[in-house]
Amino acid sequence: MTSVLYDNPGPAARRRVRFWTAVSVLALAAVVAFVIWQVARKGQLSAAMWSPFADPGLWRQLFDSLFATIKAALLSIVLALVLGAVLATGRLSDRAWLRWPAFVVIEFFRAVPLLLLILFGLFTWGPPLSFIGTAIGATPPDAFAALVVGLTLYNGSVLAEVFRAGINAVPRGQSEAAYALGMRKTAVMRMILAPQAIRMMLPAIVAQCVVALKDSALGFIVGYQELLSFGKRIYQGGADIWELPQPPVVTTLIVVVAIYIVINLLLSWLAAWLERRMSRSRKLAAAPLTAMQTGEEPVAAGPLGGGEPPK
Amino acid sequence: MVLAETAGAATGGLEFLWQQRGPFFSGLLGTVELSVVAGILATIIGLIVAAMRVSPIPALRVAGTAWSGFFRNTPLTLVFLATSVVLPLVGIRFAWADAIGVDTFFIFAVIALSTYTSCFVADAIRSGFNAVPVGQAEAARAVGMTFGQTLRLVVLPQALRSVLPPLASMYIAMIKNSAIAEFFNVGELTRFFDDQVRDHPEHLYAEFIAVAVGYIVLTLLVSGAFNLAERRLAVSR
Repeated sequence: MTSVLYDNPGPAARRRVRFWTAVSVLALAAVVAFVIWQVARKGQLSAAMWSPFADPGLWRQLFDSLFATIKAALLSIVLALVLGAVLATGRLSDRAWLRWPAFVVIEFFRAVPLLLLILFGLFTWGPPLSFIGTAIGATPPDAFAALVVGLTLYNGSVLAEVFRAGINAVPRGQSEAAYALGMRKTAVMRMILAPQAIRMMLPAIVAQCVVALKDSALGFIVGYQELLSFGKRIYQGGADIWELPQPPVVTTLIVVVAIYIVINLLLSWLAAWLERRMSRSRKLAAAPLTAMQTGEEPVAAGPLGGGEPPK
Repeated sequence: MVLAETAGAATGGLEFLWQQRGPFFSGLLGTVELSVVAGILATIIGLIVAAMRVSPIPALRVAGTAWSGFFRNTPLTLVFLATSVVLPLVGIRFAWADAIGVDTFFIFAVIALSTYTSCFVADAIRSGFNAVPVGQAEAARAVGMTFGQTLRLVVLPQALRSVLPPLASMYIAMIKNSAIAEFFNVGELTRFFDDQVRDHPEHLYAEFIAVAVGYIVLTLLVSGAFNLAERRLAVSR
């Protein structure tokens, strides 16, 4: 392993590393044990506190609420992709009267807290847009509509910038060649730039899904019945339903956190896998045209290759 | 006719905002306080986590990665909820906070926001270290510099420069994220919006625009400061 900070360890350094590994493992174990002890001391981790999660009926409801979370996140990502494409097109336009409004919209929705947008939506767009929530059977519909509209506006603006960066990252030779063939701007964008840019942007789009999924938990604040809201209902009503000595707060939160982390890790791995696949295809495409073989600068080596020389 | 009505609504909204300037600025101050305290704490925790993640000791690297992975994949709302529910449950109530006149809810918000943000600070700093070419440190060692000299004179100055832009966008994200504190009883800018819009729904647009402008000014200040720092530190390469 090579690092900018330290050399490959020799025998003395390896001994030192072994010593400090032992010390740090002990210290970390002590911290973790202290936290667990603090929570367990209050009886929060006893078998009874886990008993609600042995109930299959609870898991059915838990999956329903998880579905509500995914519904909000997925719907807003799909809408955000459309909005992002529209805004990015406006931002990349040659006409100033299209470029500037798109710029203002993108910058505004990126600079304002998402929760503020959702609260604003709850008080304005809620009733007129409640048909979205009604159509999909969410309760209460107003909160769902506000959440989806807020998530769409924010993620759409972020994705617009992602799209713009992706289009700009396509090597200039590509569009120059297309113009030289006599294509118009629309055709260049549609047939040359967009197909290449979309492949490059896929990891960023999947990563944005993680953000949307996490942000959908804001529905908890405006009263949309999603995963986190259901978690709160479990520990608020749980003590009565399952006749527990105290509300199962910690166990419920552990389960909810675990669900979020598992889903997000799966999405992150998907993004990383897409990125690896893409960089592999870039290398394959670049192989026949290295600088050494052609004796030229390796500009625009492959269909996706950046003209950047290696560091 | 419509124009006159719009103009009337606009002046009405401005008049209303002028009346509410007291709560507005105390909300703005709340957001600033929360962001500054949480930002400092997040930077300290983030530095420690980043140091753990680039350290030669595998156990520390694993712990740092776990910390980052946990907070990166957990919704901030959940972190806020967990902090405000679990900490009092295990008996951590910050009795000393009342003595110095700080709201307990503010401390919960600071803990939630700073731990959550720390993982993004750590990632920004780590990527800064990774952006420094290995040859730089190797050259420094080859000319006989000690580890401290390599770090101080060669690695850190270069890492710092490439860390500034991601750090800036992270602090901006944190200011926006601090809005979630409004649900957990912290007086800040979004709390002002939430309160006002319930009492005076007729001035919804004026309230929304005022609060949005408040956030935009704060984020512009942060990005302006970082741009200035970046220009000061810039070198031609």
